[in-house]
Amino acid sequence: MGLLSDPNRRRALTKLLTRLNAPICVMCYLAGVAWFMGLAFEPFTLRTYMSENAMGSTMVEERFPAGERALATGREFAAHKKKVGGMPVDWLVKTMQSRGLEVFTQSFTRKLPFPDENKERYMVRGTNVYGILRAPRAPRTEALVLSAPCSEGNNNNQAVGLLLGLAQYFRSQIHWAKDIIFLVNEHDLIGMQAWLEGYHHTNTTGGDWSPLQGRGGSIQAALSLELSSDVITSLDLVLEGLNGQLPNLDLANLFYAFCQKIGVLCTIQGKLQRNDWDTTSGYSHAAQTMMLMVLKQASGRPWGDHGLFLRYHIEAASIRGINSFRQYKTDTTTIGRLLEGMYRKLNNLLERLHQSYFFYLMPSLSRFVSIGYYMPAFGLLAVILLLRALDLWVQLGASPPGTEDGVAGGVQPSSPGVLSILTPVVISHMTGVALYTLPILSQEMAVQHFPVSETEAVVLTAIAIYTAGLALPHNTHRLLQGEGTEEGWRVLKLVALLYLAVLLGCTALINFSLGFILALSLVPIAAFITPHTPKALSAAIMVLLSPGCTLLYCVFLFQELQETPVSLQDGWMLFLSVISQGILDHALYGSLVYPLLALLIYPCWLLLWNILFWK
Amino acid sequence: MAAHKCNIFMLAFVLCGLTYVFVRADIEYTNHVKDAESGAVDIAPKTNIGASLQSTKTEDQTQTAEEERQWEAETNPADAPSDNKADHVHDTMQNLDSRPAPYAKDQTQEAAEEERQWEATEVKEADHGPDTMQTPDVPPPTPAKDQFQEELVIRPLHSGDIYASFQFRTMWDTDFLRGSKVSHYRLFPKSLGQVISKFSVRELHISFTQGYWRTMQWGQPFLPSPPGAELWVWFQDTVTDVDGAWKELTNVLSGIFCASLNFIDSTNTVQPSASFKPLGLGNVTDQRFLRYAVLPREIVCTENLTPWKKLLPCGSKAGLAVLMKSEKLFHSSFHSQALHFRPVCQDWKCKSTVWELRQTLNVVFDLHTSGQGKREWSLFKMFSRTLTEACPLASSSKVYVDVTDNPQGELFELSPTTPLLSQAVVLGDRRTYSVYDLTNQATFGQTRSLNMLLRWRAAESGDMLRPLLHGERYVAGYGLQTGEIHTLMYNNHPYRAFPVLLLETVPWYLRLYIHTLTVTSKGRDNKPSYIHYQPSKDRLRPHLLEMLVQLPPNSVTEVTVQFERALLKWTEYTPDPNHGFYVGSSVISALVPSVVAMDTNSTRECPLFSSFFPCKEESSYFMRVYTEPLLVNLPTPDFSMPYNVICLTCTVVAVGYGSLYNLLTRTFQVEEPSPGLAKRLANIIRRLRGVPLL
Repeated sequence: MGLLSDPNRRRALTKLLTRLNAPICVMCYLAGVAWFMGLAFEPFTLRTYMSENAMGSTMVEERFPAGERALATGREFAAHKKKVGGMPVDWLVKTMQSRGLEVFTQSFTRKLPFPDENKERYMVRGTNVYGILRAPRAPRTEALVLSAPCSEGNNNNQAVGLLLGLAQYFRSQIHWAKDIIFLVNEHDLIGMQAWLEGYHHTNTTGGDWSPLQGRGGSIQAALSLELSSDVITSLDLVLEGLNGQLPNLDLANLFYAFCQKIGVLCTIQGKLQRNDWDTTSGYSHAAQTMMLMVLKQASGRPWGDHGLFLRYHIEAASIRGINSFRQYKTDTTTIGRLLEGMYRKLNNLLERLHQSYFFYLMPSLSRFVSIGYYMPAFGLLAVILLLRALDLWVQLGASPPGTEDGVAGGVQPSSPGVLSILTPVVISHMTGVALYTLPILSQEMAVQHFPVSETEAVVLTAIAIYTAGLALPHNTHRLLQGEGTEEGWRVLKLVALLYLAVLLGCTALINFSLGFILALSLVPIAAFITPHTPKALSAAIMVLLSPGCTLLYCVFLFQELQETPVSLQDGWMLFLSVISQGILDHALYGSLVYPLLALLIYPCWLLLWNILFWK
Repeated sequence: MAAHKCNIFMLAFVLCGLTYVFVRADIEYTNHVKDAESGAVDIAPKTNIGASLQSTKTEDQTQTAEEERQWEAETNPADAPSDNKADHVHDTMQNLDSRPAPYAKDQTQEAAEEERQWEATEVKEADHGPDTMQTPDVPPPTPAKDQFQEELVIRPLHSGDIYASFQFRTMWDTDFLRGSKVSHYRLFPKSLGQVISKFSVRELHISFTQGYWRTMQWGQPFLPSPPGAELWVWFQDTVTDVDGAWKELTNVLSGIFCASLNFIDSTNTVQPSASFKPLGLGNVTDQRFLRYAVLPREIVCTENLTPWKKLLPCGSKAGLAVLMKSEKLFHSSFHSQALHFRPVCQDWKCKSTVWELRQTLNVVFDLHTSGQGKREWSLFKMFSRTLTEACPLASSSKVYVDVTDNPQGELFELSPTTPLLSQAVVLGDRRTYSVYDLTNQATFGQTRSLNMLLRWRAAESGDMLRPLLHGERYVAGYGLQTGEIHTLMYNNHPYRAFPVLLLETVPWYLRLYIHTLTVTSKGRDNKPSYIHYQPSKDRLRPHLLEMLVQLPPNSVTEVTVQFERALLKWTEYTPDPNHGFYVGSSVISALVPSVVAMDTNSTRECPLFSSFFPCKEESSYFMRVYTEPLLVNLPTPDFSMPYNVICLTCTVVAVGYGSLYNLLTRTFQVEEPSPGLAKRLANIIRRLRGVPLL
């Protein structure tokens, strides 16, 4: 710091910084991207290991025998489901009771803000059924949850069958120390949300549910099971939860350890692990897996029924059975044994899962990137914003010497008025508020005037407001302050840069993926936008790098990575449905991505847009 | 006059505890009373209300004698009239309870006489057995000084599980209070006797429980207890330093029972004002002499069972205690062992008191985990032992099997059969028991061992009568800052409201926002008629909240209170802080309308004269329900990180912040180097000369 205290050296340093600012920024950006891509390279990542002693060294013997009977129960469940045309509540209650569980039901109703066209639902009415296996000689203070959704059509019948089979088998065992709750939830996440809110007696999103009658104390861990075929080729682990929250890494380790032990193929993001990390294809495979995780996490939506548990500090994951054309098949007994082993180990827990990481990325199931490794990638991007801000600060500080030279002396007032800065900031945020509130509020009006459905109305209104925002706010400050000054845009840009840096920094701490993707697209324009760049070209680049377009690219990229590429037309439709899903996720489960984008990121981008058209 | 009335109330409440005794062991009582009647003729009746009452009753009925004895107890001269409001509240609540036992006796007797004449007489005949056997030991004119009784009650539960409850009663006729040093012990355990006399304990109740009693599946237990360890003690009013005595006592008991009772300190000890009243004789109800503590985390295992068994006169060598094999007792759904020490009347005149030590052990065996799903139970299957003899020191030794729901044997089959039946009103319900008297050699039959076999006939074990009262508790909310404790109290009675006393003890690190306390039933505010709240003091004492709430019929009453989670000092965390912190069970004490009285079915065959007026007084029984304990997570630092974090933050603050602050607040200027001495001198000369300076 002596370096900075010495005025001469300081001047030299600032000169260096201002002169080399652009090259340094470019370097940082490239380094950030390179660092991020390097994370998927196996030598740079860590091998996963079990941190929790209670689960690590203890031996568990899995003996679940009744896979065939579970499948038969599943078929019976399917028949009753078909007969009732929904959740066969009475049958489930009776079956669970006969297996010696304490059975309770919970009914819920939910009116969506607008119809969900993907799942074709608007007014949702359903019932959750859950049975509690009371652990012998335990005081009802701790519980584990195993859930299976009661889905439409022929899905997940086997999951329910296996759940009931496991319930029966677990009931006859003496070694349980925690209550085990077997939950069959209707209407997937909506039912799960109702159940969790009922269990914890909270109401964050205004749902309507009946209170729960039976509880098992504080839930330590939960698994959600999805199984739609009698035999499977592999099991897929889904970790990403609401707002990009992830369960403790030990849960993933536990799953992986048992898959290895029992000999079940296991995947993450639907991708198998490969051993050829030193080849290009091996690296790109790992990179794809990691990119998929980043995209899923950035979306902030729960990718399985487990996603909502994470809010309550309950470690949870979904296990999804996949049946592909592979030769090697795994039967239900084996999956049952796997789950039995996992529950036996979770049952051994003395404390909540807390030993391992909560912030990580996984390029494969046996490798992980911890927060210490991936944060520098974001840091390198974020530092660009700070460098540019420093540069501007120096320039603003240096302009008085400019007047001393007598070139523009006397014209320059000391600093631009607060109003000229405040006006664009306020107007941008007002647009943001409009983008956040209007789509849902004005859906009825839109439906009346245009030949569109309600869902389309919401999405199209959102897009319309988003686009209108481009035309609206810029240059309004001239009405108040007259001509915009050179100083004016610099101060505005300084504000915008710092604002963006804080925003992205906070976002990346909570949800790295979202922060990183936004930084990737927003940092370049934030760094290099001035009123003096060629207007048309800059405007085109800005629009192309705006948050909305980023979302569009992400949709295409996601489809590409999932090996289901879509045409432009389909991609656009998908884009529209993603927007509506985002709004719905916010309204139904309290996902924060939509409000973050509408209320903070988009206004920030508008500020930069404002600078481009500064006069 | 008011004071006198108050005393009556106080004593009435004392009796509520006795109801257990009377209800459970009525037949034994009958015998003893008979003994007393035949033997103790020389005792002059007291001239008090009891005597006047006595005159109103027919003297030849044993059950009324029983009642008189109670009345006498009630009207013993009381010292220190207490106008404590809490006492009053409690007593007004409990005064209804003063006479259910005689009523129960009446009912039992009546029913027995009406319906099961032959059985009743046989019971009487059979019960004379032990008395006559006892006579060589104890001459009739003077009742036994020390006595020991043992019994086992087996109740098949509707869930298919089975409930076994052992009770051992040791009577200790001594007078350690009067300063006389007791050095001779016959049946009473010396280790306990010494402790009790040293610390001047008047009543001691201690229970160790592993598991939670599932009221909704199993009905009511004979003696309720919360998960973990519970200890409550009434000290003699001669004790001056109650806190000191309590502390020492807990440490000594901790040693005796191999339990962590030494963790009881001021942060988990409370003095409930109304919920825990003496169950034995005595008239001190000043809560200053009461200490109550629960350790919900205590894990009960064999090391607690062994010292408990050693307190029995026969140990686990003979009698019912041979059944207590720990590997079987702990292969169960519920395990609870308790010890109750209190003063009771020696005889029906209650001229002098004796000390009663009651050891109980309750176990519930699980049908599903017992293997093979075969719905049958036997003593051997439950305990891997059979009975071969009674404890030679026991004056009575019996096994009861609850056959109430099985009058014709359609539900389950019991073998060997016994001709003895007994009826009792237990917890407001009229129950019938098959009795096996172990002091009678015929009970063991040819094989010289008794192995009762209970085989379920019906696959469905019928519907259980819903328990009239049960409680439930949970923590609501998420995150580590605040939360809300919900306590639900269910009144399942179809048409009668009754009051309950709720006691909540919450550790200090959950800071209750008492202004958020709400009590709602049926969607409406339910104002408690009495609230006693003692706020916590950090690291000194817990919150204590007691209130008297009226539960409307067929309703759920919800008590909610919000709390904030405190941040502990880093040394105060347990070794496993991420497990969570326990909050002990809340206690619901209530006078519940009896099921017998609830019986509105007038088509049932019973004498007309017995069923016209709904008899309010006798239609309630005392009941205590414990809710589940809570496990609450507190904000916990990551203990593996502090060193790193401290180093990192200190560096960042020291280097980064300091320099940045310097840079931001200072202005820097180039300063001319100071001129040398020669130059300065030259300048002075130049100034003097008026020449421009250098």
